[in-house]
Amino acid sequence: MKILSQQKAPIMEALNKYKKMRVVPFDVPGHKRGRGNEELTAFLGENCMTVDVNSMKPLDNLIHPVSVIREAEDLAAEAFGAKHAFFMVNGTTSAVQAMVMTACKAGEKIIMPRNVHRSAINALILSGAVPVYVNPGVNKELGIPLGMAVADVEKAILENPDAKAILINNPTYYGICSNMQAITDLAHRHGMLVLVDEAHGTHFYFSDELPASAMSVGADMASVSMHKSGGSLTQSSLLLINNEVSEGYTRQIINLTQTTSGSYLLLSSLDISRKNLALNGQEIFRKVGQMAQYTRDEINKIGGYYAFSEELRNGDTIYDFDTTKLSVHTLEIGLAGVEVYDILRDEYDIQIEFGDIGNILAYISVGDRRLDLERLVSALAEIKRRYSQDKSGLFDHEYINPQVVYTPQKAFYALKETLPINDSAGRIASEFVMAYPPGIPILAPGERITPEILQYIQYCKDKGSFMTGTEDSKIEHINVLKEAEK
Amino acid sequence: MNFWFVENHSPNVKFSMRVIEHLYTGKSEFQKIDVLQTAEFGRVLTLDGYVMVTEKDEFIYHDMITHVPMATNPDIKKILVIGAGDGGTVRELTKYDRIEHIDMVEIDEMVVDVCKEFIPQTASKLDDPRVHLHFEDGLKFVRSHENEYDLIIVDSTDPFGPGEGLFTREFYGNCYKALKEDGILVNQHESPFYEEDALGMQRAHKRITGFFPVCKVYQVHIPTYPSGHWLFGFASKKFDPINDLNADAWNQLGLQTKYYNTDIHVGSFALPNYVKEQLEDVE
Repeated sequence: MKILSQQKAPIMEALNKYKKMRVVPFDVPGHKRGRGNEELTAFLGENCMTVDVNSMKPLDNLIHPVSVIREAEDLAAEAFGAKHAFFMVNGTTSAVQAMVMTACKAGEKIIMPRNVHRSAINALILSGAVPVYVNPGVNKELGIPLGMAVADVEKAILENPDAKAILINNPTYYGICSNMQAITDLAHRHGMLVLVDEAHGTHFYFSDELPASAMSVGADMASVSMHKSGGSLTQSSLLLINNEVSEGYTRQIINLTQTTSGSYLLLSSLDISRKNLALNGQEIFRKVGQMAQYTRDEINKIGGYYAFSEELRNGDTIYDFDTTKLSVHTLEIGLAGVEVYDILRDEYDIQIEFGDIGNILAYISVGDRRLDLERLVSALAEIKRRYSQDKSGLFDHEYINPQVVYTPQKAFYALKETLPINDSAGRIASEFVMAYPPGIPILAPGERITPEILQYIQYCKDKGSFMTGTEDSKIEHINVLKEAEK
Repeated sequence: MNFWFVENHSPNVKFSMRVIEHLYTGKSEFQKIDVLQTAEFGRVLTLDGYVMVTEKDEFIYHDMITHVPMATNPDIKKILVIGAGDGGTVRELTKYDRIEHIDMVEIDEMVVDVCKEFIPQTASKLDDPRVHLHFEDGLKFVRSHENEYDLIIVDSTDPFGPGEGLFTREFYGNCYKALKEDGILVNQHESPFYEEDALGMQRAHKRITGFFPVCKVYQVHIPTYPSGHWLFGFASKKFDPINDLNADAWNQLGLQTKYYNTDIHVGSFALPNYVKEQLEDVE
């Protein structure tokens, strides 16, 4: 493979060149470099509007890249150690869906942990693939789902030798990694593809000190949220492929659902961010790791909170830990994570990534300043002083084993009826229920509703979690399969 | 030579001083530091281009941020000063023999070094044996202290830049915790006049009033600060700055001050209506 210069940013360079040509636009977009929409231009800035342009010969075309987008994708592939990298403009959600649909056709099996993001199960609704769930390990003390045990994956593989692929989170939202190398090797021995959701793992590709990335262990496909730790614009993402996965077929799958008007704001942000990561990533993530560690130590000094890290490693379900993640267990001060999340925002003007039942997650990045970290730590100290209470009565676990009755696609499109959610125990859900973030379904289509699940949903609502997934936006009713369908 | 320092006091208002000599310029980890010799105001310290201290009018600020709480509670012995790298606040405090211990927490050591070299008028007492200098973030320092101080003085820069954390609810809450049961918190409270300063002022007031039973604001006139109309906050767990003022006791100390006296102590708490309204809006 020829060594490319990571100093280059072909899409940005082509846009700069195009601007200098002062081309008269008789094409879309109709705002014509912003002149046709003064208020929007004033709000977003002229620089931004002048590069919001259409696909054209000098700027290539996302649905079939042959010049500058192709070059930028090649550079990204090199930087991430992949055979090819696709630029995605419809979020990592679309990358995850493209992975699943590339690997599995309707009726084919895919092995995955149940604590996947909703986008993975949505992919099953779209494709008709059949999930085989591996229960993730659970840390009882922290109430968080972990990675998959290698033995559990092996059992699933042996019981489902016809499965086409296995999907792995690397890492989970909380920063927990499965044994990627062992699971990848195992899957490959049984002729299965390894698909990896790396929505929270972009930085693994640019640090020697962090857990292994999907491409580095020889996985076949990975969805990488460049817009999270990679610094690109929201909604931009990468789909990486490796080994024998066909570039042409994957592109066809992507083009089933991806826009034909790919945004050059998003594309150039991927290009420029890849350049920055390739040139400065090691240094950037070393700093981020140091900031996270400093903050973790300071939070642990407060007492009561537990900012956990790699000491949790157990060689299997917590094979590795992403030390740039700042996850904090809050139940010991008598507050649910989501309560701390709300107090931080309402009282202290501090917005963190999410709070669930037992934990909060603060996202640390190269954009953080030391003084902001001090604010977070001090606010947590204050919350403990002002709000801590007896911890009895707090729910202590998060993961409920699902009873899967139908595939997500069958359940979603089946004849259904709407019931008040509290009268739905025993029935089969036709839709999702989840707290968002983190977006890991409590119930997915095709799963049996149990009293335990209803109690848990009620508890999440009471604690102020933002619930979503059902057709009824208030989550007071739920669509279930008609009895006749059972 | 026609050499003028210019500072924007609002997006549409400029304040300018004629400069005789640019004595020092440097950049610390936190900010740009400059010392100017000016024709009218003597030596001037600026941080990121904003005037912090001038030799000519610093006495107003330093008298009023220290003597008001000191005259309200004659038993103050242990003090935490946050910010105040120029040393002027500590200089005033060291006039009191009864003070036993002053912790001064300044994030930027370079500011102290520069002031010691170029502005000894304010930095002269930083070597007093009762003064203990800590070069760290004030928000971090105060987090680990509980029920310890009689008085905390927040002599900060503005609510943007390195001083941002000193205008937050978490900071004031941590100060409350670090104070004894009769503790007093005095803070640089911004200005009510120009819109941006007034917003900072209101935010600070709102965040402090959540914690302290006594929350007052008093005013001073500082020629080189935007609009010249400046405020300090007086928050306390017990003492009222007017009812508990023991004027005779303070006057018997015989301290020399250029701005402060016990009459102006009382008078400074009388506020114009527009300021009262801004404060009431957030109470």
